[in-house]
Amino acid sequence: MTIDRHDVTVTVNGTQYQRTVESRLLLSDFLRHDLLLAGTHVGCEHGVCGACTVIVDGAAVRSCLMFAAQVDGRDITTVEGLAPDREHLHPLQESMRDCHGLQCGYCTPGILMTMKVFLEETPSPDEAQIREALSGNLCRCTGYQHIVQAMQLAAERLRKPQS
Amino acid sequence: MKPAPFRYVAAKTVEEALALKAEHGDEARFLAGGQSLVPTMNFRLTQPALLIDINRLSELAGVRNGAADRLRIGAMTRYRSLERDPAIERKLPLIHEALPLIAHPQIRNRGTIGGNLAHADPASEMPAIVLTMGGRLRAQSVKGERWIDASDFFVGALTTALEPDEMLMEIELPVAAPRSGACFMEMSRRRGDFAIIGVACIVRMDEAGKCAEARIGLCNAGDGPVFAAAASQSLVGKAIGAADIAEAAALVQGDIDPGGSIHASKEFQRHIAGVLTTRALTTANERARRDH
Amino acid sequence: MSTRSFGAPVRRNEDARLLSGQALFVDDVELPGMVYAAFLRSNLAHARIRSIDISAARARDGVIAVYTAADLGAYWAPGPLLVPPPPIEDTIFNQRTQVPLAKDKVRHVGEPLAVVFAQSRYLAEDALGDIAVELDPLPAVVGLEKAVNGASATVHDDVHGNIAAHVWQGRGDYASARAKADHVVARRFHYDHGASSPIETRGIVANWDARANQLTIWDTTQAPVFLRNGLAGMLGLSERQVRVIAPFVGGGFGPKIMLFYPEEVVIPWAAMKLNRPIKWIEDRLEHFFATTHERGQTHDAEIALAADGRILGIKDVFLHDTGAYNPYGLTVPINSQCTLLGPYVVPNYDSTFTAVFTNKPIVTPYRGAGRQHGVFVVERLLDIAAHELKIDRAEIRRRNLIPPDAFPYNNEIIYQDFAPLSYDSGNYEPILDKALEMIGYRNFIADEQKRLRAQGRHVGVGIACYVEGTGIGPYEGAKVQVQSNGKVNVATGIGTQGQGHFTVFAQIVADQLGVEVGDVDVVTGDTDQFYWGAGTFASRGAVVAGNAVNEAAKAVRQKILKLAAEHFECAEEDLEIANGEVSVVGVPGQSVKLGALALAANPMRGAVKPGTEPGLESTQYFGPPGGATASGVHAMIVEVDPQTFSLNVLKYVVVHDCGTVINPLILAGQIHGGVAQGIGNAYYEQLVFDDDGQLLNASLADYLLPTSLEVPRMEIAHTVTPSPLNPLGIKGAGEAGAIPVGPLFAQAIEDALGLLDRNVELNEIPLSPGRLFELTAKLR
Repeated sequence: MTIDRHDVTVTVNGTQYQRTVESRLLLSDFLRHDLLLAGTHVGCEHGVCGACTVIVDGAAVRSCLMFAAQVDGRDITTVEGLAPDREHLHPLQESMRDCHGLQCGYCTPGILMTMKVFLEETPSPDEAQIREALSGNLCRCTGYQHIVQAMQLAAERLRKPQS
Repeated sequence: MKPAPFRYVAAKTVEEALALKAEHGDEARFLAGGQSLVPTMNFRLTQPALLIDINRLSELAGVRNGAADRLRIGAMTRYRSLERDPAIERKLPLIHEALPLIAHPQIRNRGTIGGNLAHADPASEMPAIVLTMGGRLRAQSVKGERWIDASDFFVGALTTALEPDEMLMEIELPVAAPRSGACFMEMSRRRGDFAIIGVACIVRMDEAGKCAEARIGLCNAGDGPVFAAAASQSLVGKAIGAADIAEAAALVQGDIDPGGSIHASKEFQRHIAGVLTTRALTTANERARRDH
Repeated sequence: MSTRSFGAPVRRNEDARLLSGQALFVDDVELPGMVYAAFLRSNLAHARIRSIDISAARARDGVIAVYTAADLGAYWAPGPLLVPPPPIEDTIFNQRTQVPLAKDKVRHVGEPLAVVFAQSRYLAEDALGDIAVELDPLPAVVGLEKAVNGASATVHDDVHGNIAAHVWQGRGDYASARAKADHVVARRFHYDHGASSPIETRGIVANWDARANQLTIWDTTQAPVFLRNGLAGMLGLSERQVRVIAPFVGGGFGPKIMLFYPEEVVIPWAAMKLNRPIKWIEDRLEHFFATTHERGQTHDAEIALAADGRILGIKDVFLHDTGAYNPYGLTVPINSQCTLLGPYVVPNYDSTFTAVFTNKPIVTPYRGAGRQHGVFVVERLLDIAAHELKIDRAEIRRRNLIPPDAFPYNNEIIYQDFAPLSYDSGNYEPILDKALEMIGYRNFIADEQKRLRAQGRHVGVGIACYVEGTGIGPYEGAKVQVQSNGKVNVATGIGTQGQGHFTVFAQIVADQLGVEVGDVDVVTGDTDQFYWGAGTFASRGAVVAGNAVNEAAKAVRQKILKLAAEHFECAEEDLEIANGEVSVVGVPGQSVKLGALALAANPMRGAVKPGTEPGLESTQYFGPPGGATASGVHAMIVEVDPQTFSLNVLKYVVVHDCGTVINPLILAGQIHGGVAQGIGNAYYEQLVFDDDGQLLNASLADYLLPTSLEVPRMEIAHTVTPSPLNPLGIKGAGEAGAIPVGPLFAQAIEDALGLLDRNVELNEIPLSPGRLFELTAKLR
C-alpha cells in the first residue's frame, strides 16, 4: 500500500514551513519531530491531559487530536512563540516563575497556551473562572494552587499598559 | 498510540464529500471536530480506510432561522461558537446551560454539534437535549436529503439512523416558547466528564398556570438518549407542585434502563436520575413561572 | 554562613527554560538514524505462551528488527532484586523478578512478549499487528484472600499459595495488653492506592557509538547511577563506557525509580546489537500496565485501649498485593507496618503481613510508599474508638502523642532502611493545636456545624495525623567548583523530576560562597558529571544530597579563605565573602573576585603545593545515620450532598514539620502536589481490575486524576523541629502531602453525614459518590 502524503504550508510562531506529511501524522508529532518545536509535550494522545495544547487560528486546541495534514494554510502558536524575544518572557511565563506555578514543567506549555487565549478573552477573571479555564489541563505536580495565583498575577500584569 | 494508516481527503465542496462517502460507505468516516473520532483512532479502536475532512465546508457552520420559531444549526458549528452566541442563550436555553458541562474549552473549540450527535455516545449530553427539545436532523447523500426526527435518529449506542452514504447537515430545534422553562443538570465525577446521569427538561405552562407540555430526557440512562415518556406525560394538566415533581421523578426511574459502569452502578444511576429530575423540574418550573 | 537565600522563597533557576519550551525531556532527543521501538504486550493476565510468530512483522516495509525472548540469548535473565528483604527474623521471602521479554508464561496484562524496531513509532505499531501470538489462558489470580487460600492458581508455578513474603514485627506483648484493656476495637480495612500517572510517561533513548566505545542512555529514571551500574554489568561494559542521563523528567513520584524495567534492559542491548540509536517512548495506554503501581492491602486490625483512650496496643494482620513480581522487595508493606505507629505511643505492637503475588502489574513505591495504608488503619481505629468511648477525635489523638521530651524515640521495629525505626526529633502537640486552630475545629463542632445543618447543609470536619520517615541513606555526594568566570558549578548523582534541586542546592551554595543563586549552575542526573549516588526517592533528595552539597560548599569556602588569606597576607578571620568576591574586613579596595581566585588556584606556571589540589573545588559525601522523621496534621471541612453524595471541600489545612526549610515556595508546592495526589487517591482514582485480571479503565478518561476543580485551595503552616541527624537540620517533605488524605476523607464524610451515629463506617479507600450510596444503603 502506498503511503498517503499531503503538502502542508503552515505558519508556526510567525515562520512559514512547507512540508510533505503522511496523512496520519498527528499535529503534536509534526510540531515536535518534524519542525523540532519540542516545547509542546505529549501526555496521553487521547485528548484528556491537555499537555499538547497549542493555538490554531486563535483557538486553544489539543494537537494530539489533529492531523498535520489538517493545518495547511493555518496559523499556529506554540510555547516557543510566547516570549516576545530572547531576553524577555511573556507576562504569563514571568508570573508562573514568580509564583512557582511549575515543578517538572511538563504540563506547563499546554497550560500557558490555554491560559493565553483565556486571559485575552477574560481579562479580569475571578478564581472560579480561572480554575474552570484550567480544568482541561492536568497537572500532577503542583496541585494547581500556584498556577491559579500565577494566572491572577498575569491577568493583573496584562491589564496594565505596557511600560 | 498512533493511528493506523488511512487515506485523507480535505473535501472542498459538499458534493465532493458526499460523492466520496457514497463510494466508500462505512469504510470512510467524516472528520469534523475529531474530538471523539481521533481518540478512538489513536487507540486503533477505529480504523477507517478514508478520512473525509469536512472542516473547510464553511457553509455547514452557522445558526440561522428556520420556519416559524425554529432555529437551524449547521452540523459543523463549533460548540465554542454556540457558547458565545447570545441568540442561543435566549432562544435555546437548554443548550446554553449544557454547553459549559460538555468536556473542556479546548475540546469545545474544535468539537461540533453535528459530530457530537452523529457519534451518538449514550452518555453524551447533546443527543439527550436534542431529543428532549423534539428536534429534527437533516441528512444528505448523493441521492438527496431527508429529515429525521430526533426520536428516530438515535438508534443505539454509537449508532444513528444515518445510512452509510449520508452526512448530517443541520439540526433544527424549536425556540423556547413563552411561559416555558428549561433546565439541564448532570452529575459527573469531575467537571467535563461524561455524566453519570444527565437530565434535560422543559415545561410549558398554559395561561391558567397548568402544565401544557412537559418533556424530560436523560443521557447515560440507556443505550441511547432516553425520552422519559411516562414521567413527561404525568405532568400535563398539573399545577406542578412538589408532589407532582416527586411522582415524575419516580416515573423517570421506571422509564430508564441504565447500563452501569465502573463509575456508577445501575442502582446509583437510577437513584441519581430521580434526584436530578426532581431538582431540574423544580428549576424548570420556577423558570417557566418567571417567564411571562 | 549568611542566611540570605537559605529559607527564602527564591525563584527557580530552571524555570525560564521550562517556560519557553527549551528544556530537554527524553522524547526531545533526536539522533541521526534513530529507530523507534514498540512492544507487543500480553492481552491476557495469566497464560502459557504456546507460540509467537514474528515472521510477518519482520517482513513489513520499514521494520528493522523484531525480537522475542529467544533472540536475547544469554542476555535474557530475570532482573536483579533491588531491595533485599530486611533483616527481620523468620521472614519468608520468595524472590521472583521481571524478565526482559516473556518466556513460557505471561503473568500480567501488558507484560512484554516481543519488541519491534522500525523507522517510526507509527510503523512499529503497525508491525505489532503482524505478530501472531498463541496464548493458552490460565485462571487469573486477582483477589488477595483467594490467592493465598490454596484454591487459586499460582502466579509462579513453584510458589505455593502465591506467598511472596511473610513478615512479623512487633514490640512488647500485645496479648497481655489486650487482656488488660478497657476497650477493644477490631475492624477490617481495605486501602487501595493507584497509578502515579505523571504527565510524562517513561521513555528511553539508547545510543551505542561503536567507534567511541560508548553507550549513552537518556532515561526518565529517578536513579541514573544505579541504572548505569546495572546496565554496564549486564551488557559486559565497564561503568566508564556507560553514560546515563536523566534530563528534565516530567514527574517521577516513585515508579520511575523502579529499575531494570523490561524496556530498560532490552533497548540498550538492541542499540548495541543493531548499531542504531533507539528511542522507546511509553504511551499512556502502556503506562497503565508497563509502569509500576501501588495497589491494595486488606487489614484485619485491632486496637486495645484504656477507658481514657490511651492506646495499650495494636495488632494488625494484613495482605499486600505485590503484583506479578517483587523486584522492590518489601519496602511498601514495611512502610505500612512502620508508619501505622504514627506519632503515637504504642507500647505493644503485633504486626504480620503476607505479600501476595497476583496477575497484575508490579507494585513498587508511589509517593507515600505504603505509608498511606498504615496511617489509614491507625487513624480509623482511633476514630471508631473515639466514637465508642465518647471522646473527641482530636482529643483521643492528643492523649496518645509521643511527648516532646521522648526523642530520639525508638519504636524498636525495623524500617525500610533496615535500621530500627527511630524518630530523631519531633514535637507533635503544637502541630495538632495549630491545625485545630486554623480549621476552626472547636467553633465548627460547637456552633457552625449545627447552624449549617439547620439550613440543610451537611458539613463535616476531619483531622488526621501522621509521621513520615524521610532522608534515609545510604548516601549522596556532590561536587562544587568555582569557575574562572566567577560562576559556581554543582553536580550531584541524584535526578530531578520537578522538586527544584537546581534552585535549592544553589541556595545552599549561594549562602556558603557569597554568590547569587542565579550564578550557581546545578547539574543533576548525569552519570558523567557525578559518578556516585543512589537516587531521588523516599523524600531524601534535599536532605541527603542537600547536605552533601553543603559539605562540598563548605570545603570550597575553606579553600577560598585559605587562598585569599595568602593573597592578602592576612588571617582568614579578617576576610569576608559576599557578592562574588572576597574582601578584607574594614579595608576598602582590598578585594578579589572569586573567579580570579579560581584562576589563580589553577596556575599555568609554578607547582601545586604538596597537600593541595588545583582549583576551587571539592567533592564531599553525606550519609545520614538514620532517617529524619517529619510529621504533620491535615484538617479539612467538607460538604456532602446527602442525595447525590457529591463532595465539596470547603477548607483544607496542612501543618507540617520538615525541620529547617530551604525554600518555602518550593516546599509549599510539594505539599500542594502531595495533597492533590492524596485527594485523587481518596476519592477519584482507582485501578479497576476484573476477575480475569483485565484493567477496565486504562485511559485518562476513566482513570480519574483530579483537576483544578477537584483540588481545593490549601492553607499551609509550618512548625520546625530541626533534625539532629544532619548539619542543615532538614527533613524530607516530598511525600507528606499524600499520606493522611484517605482517613481524612473517611472521617470528614462520616462527620458530615452523621454516619457513625447511624452505624455506618467508612473503612475503605477509595470512596466515591457511588460507593457512599452503596455503603449507606441500609439507611434508606
